[in-house]
Amino acid sequence: MSENKAAIGKPIFSLFNIIAGAILLMGGILTILRFTQGLDAVTNLSDYNPWGIWIGFDLLVGVALAAGGFVTSAAVYIFGMKHYHAAVRPAILTGFLGYALVVVALHYDVGRPWRLPYPFIMQRGTTSLLFEVAACVALYLTVLFIEFSPAALEWLGLKRARAIVVKLTILLTIFGVVLSTLHQSSLGALFLIAPSKLHPLWYSPYLPIYFFVTAVIAGLSMVIFESTLSHRFFSHKMDAAHLAEKDTLPLGFGKAAAFVLAGYFIIKVIGISVGNTWHYLATGYGAWYLVELLGFVALPAFLYAVGVRDKNVILIRWTAAWTVLGIVVNRFNICLVAFNWHLPAGERYFPSWMEIGISVFIVTLGIVIYRFIVTRMPVLYEHPDYETH
Amino acid sequence: METIHTLQEFMLHTKNVTYVLIVAALVGIAAFWRFLTDRDDE
Repeated sequence: MSENKAAIGKPIFSLFNIIAGAILLMGGILTILRFTQGLDAVTNLSDYNPWGIWIGFDLLVGVALAAGGFVTSAAVYIFGMKHYHAAVRPAILTGFLGYALVVVALHYDVGRPWRLPYPFIMQRGTTSLLFEVAACVALYLTVLFIEFSPAALEWLGLKRARAIVVKLTILLTIFGVVLSTLHQSSLGALFLIAPSKLHPLWYSPYLPIYFFVTAVIAGLSMVIFESTLSHRFFSHKMDAAHLAEKDTLPLGFGKAAAFVLAGYFIIKVIGISVGNTWHYLATGYGAWYLVELLGFVALPAFLYAVGVRDKNVILIRWTAAWTVLGIVVNRFNICLVAFNWHLPAGERYFPSWMEIGISVFIVTLGIVIYRFIVTRMPVLYEHPDYETH
Repeated sequence: METIHTLQEFMLHTKNVTYVLIVAALVGIAAFWRFLTDRDDE
């Protein structure tokens, strides 16, 4: 049986392509179902639970895990850590695709795509955090698009356009850090309005700070995680600079993540103290809170530190994956598990298989597009015709 | 332990505990930094 070869010499009917194709087909069918039959046909959402995993996972987790873009570009262009330069474009691409897919996922929840610009035309005013999140995400997506555009312009051979955009790097990086600080924290601040709905162990006036700090942790860990996968599956596309940082990037970012995790652990404990919610730790929810705090914050802080001390890159890589899972657990806890904790079991929310299917579809779409871009555009290597910026 | 009746008593109690925790945290984070970086020169 002859195999059809794609332009890059890989078989079209590979295992990954078959599975991804099936997921994309399923996602397409579910998308048609959602937009023609409505939320009730596809989701388990209700008046008690208007936000499900499309918000809890696709939006909250998606925005947190896309934070690698601003963290890496700030490290290189603002803090002058030029030795991580090779990590910038992959991180910016991950961030750009992450935020773009967050907007795609939002459409499933909102249901009327033509109303996407409404926050800028008809909105509840500047005291609305959701307006601020919408404005910042829209602006930051634009910033990420422009930050990534040099790679696309190099691929297209548009030298003059590329030269103009590259001059904006520092400005875009600063703007990106400002916007990220704003919207990452504001996503946490959304829950400040519901102190009676969110369990006291997770509810805190410091929620905006917690969300911003965990976004930095998520960004650092995702860059290590994405670098691990890129070295595993795309090392043939990498130049010497990218291959050389295979171990230096996890060591450097792991050290930063260890320290930020330790600081986050401290401010979480201070938050319990300020709210005087110690007695909740002895409950069932308290046990789960301790799993999150000790298992997904304190433990990775320690493992990252051990990995950095012993130069154990494999330990750092596994810790990064565990930390990414911890961010997912944290966002799920705040949005779904600890939210509406007073409600009886019959009113609690669990996603339908179709909601999970749409989320899996969106993640798969991101991976497929990421693969398409890195196998064609100069993301994992420097284009020989252009200077490094 | 006395029961807490007023906001003043609540703030006094929680801030006392928080001050102690913050001092412990500052010592702890310094020790963690040393643990993290003491093999950097090797």
